[in-house]
Amino acid sequence: MNQNLFNYTLQQADNCLILGQRLGEWCGHGPVLEQDIAMTNIALDLIGQARMLYQYAAEIQDEKRSEDDLAYLRDAWDFKNVLLVEQPNGDFAKTILRQFLFDSFNCPFYEKLKESSDERLAAIAAKSHKETLYHLKWSGDWVLRLGDGTEESHNRIQNALNELWPYSEEITTPSEADIDANKNGFGVNLNDIKSERETKIREVLNEATLTIPDSAYNHTGGKEGKHTEYLGYILADLQFLQRAYPGNEW
Amino acid sequence: MVIDQDHIKQLLEEVTDPEIPVISIRDLGILRDVRIENDQIEIIITPTYSGCPAMLEIEKNINNTLKKNDIENFKITTVLSPPWTTDWMSEEGKQKLKEYGIAPPNPSNEEDIQCPNCGSHNTSLVSQFGSTACKSLFKCNDCLEPFDYFKCH
Ligand SMILES: [Zn+2]
Repeated sequence: MNQNLFNYTLQQADNCLILGQRLGEWCGHGPVLEQDIAMTNIALDLIGQARMLYQYAAEIQDEKRSEDDLAYLRDAWDFKNVLLVEQPNGDFAKTILRQFLFDSFNCPFYEKLKESSDERLAAIAAKSHKETLYHLKWSGDWVLRLGDGTEESHNRIQNALNELWPYSEEITTPSEADIDANKNGFGVNLNDIKSERETKIREVLNEATLTIPDSAYNHTGGKEGKHTEYLGYILADLQFLQRAYPGNEW
Repeated sequence: MVIDQDHIKQLLEEVTDPEIPVISIRDLGILRDVRIENDQIEIIITPTYSGCPAMLEIEKNINNTLKKNDIENFKITTVLSPPWTTDWMSEEGKQKLKEYGIAPPNPSNEEDIQCPNCGSHNTSLVSQFGSTACKSLFKCNDCLEPFDYFKCH
């Protein structure tokens, strides 16, 4: 099998699954009904994207693992998602900021992946890109509203920014899978997205009257399977049913 | 009995979107094609939104409808490309949506959405995300009714 294509597909699938799971935790707990629905809608889109990618990954490898096996039966060190998406929800402001940092990547990423030489990845990207346009608009609007809102909302999202900023850049820092995928024409050149993404982030944060921390430190490791303590707890929740009742279906 | 494409398509008219029971999967553009080769039937469908939970239900309903009509030799294939857009929705489908109380997609101007209840254009967006992934929530400033708008996609 093409190990690199497999890893590359899983990397994005894991990002979508884990963030989808995190957003799903808000179900029934959103600050107002409309935003509760917004978060679960976005969660559904992300899990849908994850499914398309897992289905493809399952077809690439020859170990006869299904999409469900990939989602439910791998352990933390096999997951390749970035650390940003596994960070806890915190308050609404932190969830919004995490979402914005992710959407500002996800949207241009799919846009570029549409040109992938791999037909299947290109098709998944074309399908997903339209959805992420709505996501980015939503999270960007909320960063603005909270940042340039009341003193309380401003402080909360500024705190979120201080906390999450060191997790922002990992997503555009190429892993081995990213480099290989780009070299072989089926993956995105992350350098093409990096500056566009940074410009967009700075624009929105400035307009939201937020101060970007000057710390240049970046956490990395997620793409290589080195995760924060949080991922294990997410998986415990997410995988419980399949671990306790193997092969169970709806 | 001769099984032809039109006959199958006719049978599938009764398969609707479980969330919007007035509109068939053909009107919605989910049913992309019916192919028949050597008596083997292939039903080709495409998802509206990638996480659309209705797809499983729709497949089940296609299955039941065909079997009910003694058609067994078929398979259902899901394709992603070209991706579904609201352009795949038929004019008839848009009309049915409106009668059902959902504003149909308006690709020319998403800021100008007509209230399906009273016809007023004086409406405003309440939330980009509505009761399902494909819809957003609007309210009418004239008749004051809230309504769903089927998003352009
Ligand atoms: Zn009205």
